[in-house]
Amino acid sequence: MKRMITRAGLIRAGVFFALLIIVPILGGPVWLLNLLIFTVMYAALSSSWNLLGGLAGYPSLGHVAFFGIGAYAFALTFSGSVGDGYSPFLVLPVIGIAVGLLSLPIGWVSMRTRADVFAIVTITFLFITQTLAFNLTKITGGAQGASVAAPPFDPATYDWPFYYAMIVLLAIAMGISFYFSRSKIGLSLSTVRADEDKAHGVGVRVTAVKLIAFAVSAGMVAMVGGVWAYYIGFIYPQFAVDPLITIGMVLMAFLGGRGTLWGPVLGSFILVPAQQFFAQSFGASQLYLLAYAAVFLVIMLFLPRGILPSISDRLRRRRAAALGAARDAEAHTADAVTPEEVKA
Amino acid sequence: MSAILLEVDHLTKRFGGVTAVNECSFEVQEGSITALIGPNGSGKTTAFNMITGYLKADSGHIRFRGDLIERPRPADLYRRGLSRTFQQARIFPELSVEENLVIAAGYSWRQLFGRRVSRADQDRARQILAEFRLESLLELPAADLSYGQRKLLEFAAVLMSNPKLVLLDEPTAGVNPVMIDTMERHIRERNAAGVTFLIVEHDMQLVMRLCDPVIVLDQGSKIAFGTPLEVQSDPLVLEAYLGG
Ligand SMILES: Nc1ncnc2c1ncn2[C@@H]1O[C@H](COP(=O)(O)OP(=O)(O)OP(=O)(O)O)[C@@H](O)[C@H]1O
Ligand SMILES: [Mg+2]
Repeated sequence: MKRMITRAGLIRAGVFFALLIIVPILGGPVWLLNLLIFTVMYAALSSSWNLLGGLAGYPSLGHVAFFGIGAYAFALTFSGSVGDGYSPFLVLPVIGIAVGLLSLPIGWVSMRTRADVFAIVTITFLFITQTLAFNLTKITGGAQGASVAAPPFDPATYDWPFYYAMIVLLAIAMGISFYFSRSKIGLSLSTVRADEDKAHGVGVRVTAVKLIAFAVSAGMVAMVGGVWAYYIGFIYPQFAVDPLITIGMVLMAFLGGRGTLWGPVLGSFILVPAQQFFAQSFGASQLYLLAYAAVFLVIMLFLPRGILPSISDRLRRRRAAALGAARDAEAHTADAVTPEEVKA
Repeated sequence: MSAILLEVDHLTKRFGGVTAVNECSFEVQEGSITALIGPNGSGKTTAFNMITGYLKADSGHIRFRGDLIERPRPADLYRRGLSRTFQQARIFPELSVEENLVIAAGYSWRQLFGRRVSRADQDRARQILAEFRLESLLELPAADLSYGQRKLLEFAAVLMSNPKLVLLDEPTAGVNPVMIDTMERHIRERNAAGVTFLIVEHDMQLVMRLCDPVIVLDQGSKIAFGTPLEVQSDPLVLEAYLGG
């Protein structure tokens, strides 16, 4: 039973990534690839956020700070030259690990609070980071922005490396999410999310798993920030540490189903195109944000736990009902009643 | 022959103006089933919370297995062999019954990165479920259990780590009579296997049958200590229960 689920999951993942990979090769329009880059970017961000916000139940609103730190780390490293253009991608893991380590004290302090207080503390961290990005002009260039050297890629396929880098990061984020859920880390995180005090009382290594989730989540987001900076080529504090990016990752995970493997991906593939569509229909005005919020509100009202958990709940209930009916029928035909049924 | 497993020394806790536990001292002998009784609001749960590190005591301290516990913390105590259940059974509803048991068994750092439920974990969970005759529930989400089943699951889970001392806060409250017998049988069996119990319980018949000695609290203070018979006829105890 469990093995079958794994195989179905592998096939699903294989098909999904194969489809993503062949899009540029099939030669879709430029706008499509551009849209896909941002969609996959948000899927990677949201999946990374989900490691902490979904699995551990610590809804960080400050994650874009790590995105921004990753972006600046990349921009500062490669402001002069990027060589052949490909080697900078190899520096991303270093950025991810460095930011992951840097995030540990922040996680340790902020995760002494919970739920809504935690959300506020992390949002404070976001604004501190943004303020620093504006004011540490010697390092970040402040409001003037910071630039990354342009890679010597063939203009016809210029976007491809960035697109594939985002896909790799999404695959890593999902791989970690999958690994967590299959290991005692995930089991421990579920207990932290459900009842942290009780978790302490049955010997769960609460602080350790929280910090692991925080650091991995932050490091992943920083790597995505690095690729983003490289792709955009020029970064400003208000865009690198943009609260809307934080809101994006959170909403997408909520929409698709936080704490699930595919929820953040599904949420991103709905919301990012929707956002682009509304942004174009409403032109330059920020009115599109209203439409964007409306879509989200409608879905959350009807599926409060997000799309995937609501569907799997419904399936489970239907299956349980079917099973119950079958068992009733069996009990009627059988002469003896088993002890379990008496207890139930 | 029997050693002192838990020593509670002048434990005090105030909530604003209320002194929930007042200079309370008692001992739990290794191998005993000790009862902690008292009228509603007499401070039993608060005492449990301080002993297990869920609440910081205003003053006083505890010793467990001879060691002074400077800063009681639930996780540390659990690993040293002191575990508890809650008055309102606390289990992890999203996890399966099996996972509830597995997580409570504890794990090493290496196992933290290993399988969510290993073969060995499975065997242990199955074994204890068989003992509790709950095998059929193994794969159910714990959320689907009845109240009584949850209490049994929480009890079974704290046994997974082979504790020395188990604190049970009203193990039979709100549970049907059949389940009370089941619970009593498990406590006796485990006690025979070497586990010491400290039990808060309102069902006096059960206390009289099962426990010795009995500690009585009233308004946060210990007012009596002795065998069930001694305590039963103690005028202070009678007054506390009738007056309360
Ligand atoms: N967190 C708290 N904040 C304020 N007062 C509290 C708190 N916890 C307990 N109290 C008070 O402390 C006193 C002792 O409560 P406690 O729960 O320890 O009693 P108990 O003996 O377990 O009662 P019961 O038999 O009803 O479970 C009560 O007066 C209670 O109102
Ligand atoms: Mg109580």
